[in-house]
Amino acid sequence: MYCCLCGNGNLIALAREFSPAVEETAPGVATLDVAGLERLFGPVQDVAAAIARRAAELGLKISLALAANPDAAICAARGFSGVSIIPQGDEAKFLATLPLALLAPSPELRETLARWGIRRFQDLAALPPLGIAERLGAEGLRLRELARGEADRKLARLELPEDFAEEIELEHPIELLEPLAFLLARLVNGLALRLATRARATDELRLRLTLENRAVNERTLRLPAPTLDTAALLKLLQLDLAAHPPEAPIARVRMEMNPVRPRAAQSGLFVPAAPEPVKLEVTLARIQRVVGKDRVGSPELLDTHRPEAFRVIDFGRARPRSGGPAGARVGFRVFRPPRAARVALDGGQPSFVAAEGIRGLVVEKSGPWRTSGEWWTADSWSRDEWDIALGDGALYRLYCEPRGWFVEGSYD
Amino acid sequence: MGAAMVLKKRFEAVLEGPLEWHARHVPELVRTGVSQLDSATGGLPRGSLTEITGPASSGRTSLLVSILAAATGRDEVCALVDAEDAFDPLSAGAAGVRLERLLWVRCGHRAEHALKAADLLIQGGGFGVVAMDLGDTPPETARRVSLTSWFRLRRAVEHTPTVLVTVARQSNARACASLILECARRREEWTGGPPTSSRLLGAIRVEVARRKPAREARAHVLLPVR
Repeated sequence: MYCCLCGNGNLIALAREFSPAVEETAPGVATLDVAGLERLFGPVQDVAAAIARRAAELGLKISLALAANPDAAICAARGFSGVSIIPQGDEAKFLATLPLALLAPSPELRETLARWGIRRFQDLAALPPLGIAERLGAEGLRLRELARGEADRKLARLELPEDFAEEIELEHPIELLEPLAFLLARLVNGLALRLATRARATDELRLRLTLENRAVNERTLRLPAPTLDTAALLKLLQLDLAAHPPEAPIARVRMEMNPVRPRAAQSGLFVPAAPEPVKLEVTLARIQRVVGKDRVGSPELLDTHRPEAFRVIDFGRARPRSGGPAGARVGFRVFRPPRAARVALDGGQPSFVAAEGIRGLVVEKSGPWRTSGEWWTADSWSRDEWDIALGDGALYRLYCEPRGWFVEGSYD
Repeated sequence: MGAAMVLKKRFEAVLEGPLEWHARHVPELVRTGVSQLDSATGGLPRGSLTEITGPASSGRTSLLVSILAAATGRDEVCALVDAEDAFDPLSAGAAGVRLERLLWVRCGHRAEHALKAADLLIQGGGFGVVAMDLGDTPPETARRVSLTSWFRLRRAVEHTPTVLVTVARQSNARACASLILECARRREEWTGGPPTSSRLLGAIRVEVARRKPAREARAHVLLPVR
């Protein structure tokens, strides 16, 4: 059963009070699905009366019609004032006297029908469908269906932006994170349930803590993939708050989730397994708590010949590069920071090296190899490098720069 | 009747019931990227702990980087837990490691942080290789890691498709490791002659020997520098 509201004012708001399935049919016309409302209000007449009563309370002057299909209800609401209830099966009879202009035919079709003397629904409804199809085409057939009240379709539901936010004002401020976790769990579970009922997930969670001293602590969690995993969300929040605790007791908590479509991905049968994105985010947050925030990520090489030219970026954010096994090569271990060395020279070449954990005669060497760059900037570098083998068999890279001698690392 | 059947009959007599013999689970082996080593040992077992040991400049890091290059080349996601912050992305990238598929955890010279991070990564799941580099950790510090911690790691990685690799100067996990590869440097090769400014470190020859399981397996590997 469908109901059409026709008039002025905020009809959508009125319709949403009765049903979530609302169509904004045209300016001043709203259609809603009222199936199931008889359980709340009783027979269909009572449903119509309830809607009319609420419209009167809101000060809206409307005509409304209820019918078994949306288009019959729309025609009746537009054509008749007041409340109309069309019994199922009697649509053609009910709509018979309405003028054809209500169906808004194209100008050519309107002219043709006027020439034929067809002016009301009942005139068009009486024509044979085959003849209409031959002479007026698909549009003619469609108009005949509407005139007979037989057209059926689904509503083009109006999706209104929804605010997935919840707020709790506390009677007694919370000082510890542990009791706060219970409140956060309540908010996360409630919002996740609301998102789930609308077939949505979230990729961003915003937490706003209003503190007792009126300061505001805002935290935002951006997730690598949409999720509704409440345990993971709660754990991420806890880890984030443990890393950035509020500086005063909490008086008010507001949580907001960004609604997005859930992730729909199917892994290939022969594709290697990869960490599940949200679970990985929790794992990384836990590791960051142990080793520090800036110490976890993917290395990305920079386009320069400067030593140690790389940066660490968030895992999964790096652009894929071509690569793959290039055959076994000598690896290099870097000493961070480089180890300051005392070096004895023989003919300008290192003959003895002593540094933290390194001491010995140089038995083999090659160098010096000069590297320099970015001399056009204030951040230029220049140094002489040697590859050296010590008596104990270890191979190191040694370099000399204006600050002195350093062991950069070892070949391994 | 074979010896196995005789034993089975005796066991069944003692246990007063039929004994079901199950074949021992054979782990899947993955390539290290070093063909000589793969031929000698078959590769690294998934769901097990593999130790790579050896002194400085013995090719341990080269072998680790080769394992990471092979794994990222198979589109697997790998993690490197770097206890001493010694990983060199430049040489690893040149050796074929796809750095965007590598999660690098720098533990700032804290071996206990490395163990904790490795444990969390294995529990998280989904990694093809989790490597823990204790190569520059002083042996006495590495030895202080309790056997319980190694056992925990071994249990965590069991029945997962992850290869857990550790690099250290000596074997620390002992009984918890399924495979121990010991690296030793044989000699380095220099190209060119005097003066030293015309010489280059060309390659290092290393030998990798399997210490556990104790069946003899050795591989001689030439590691070019560039």
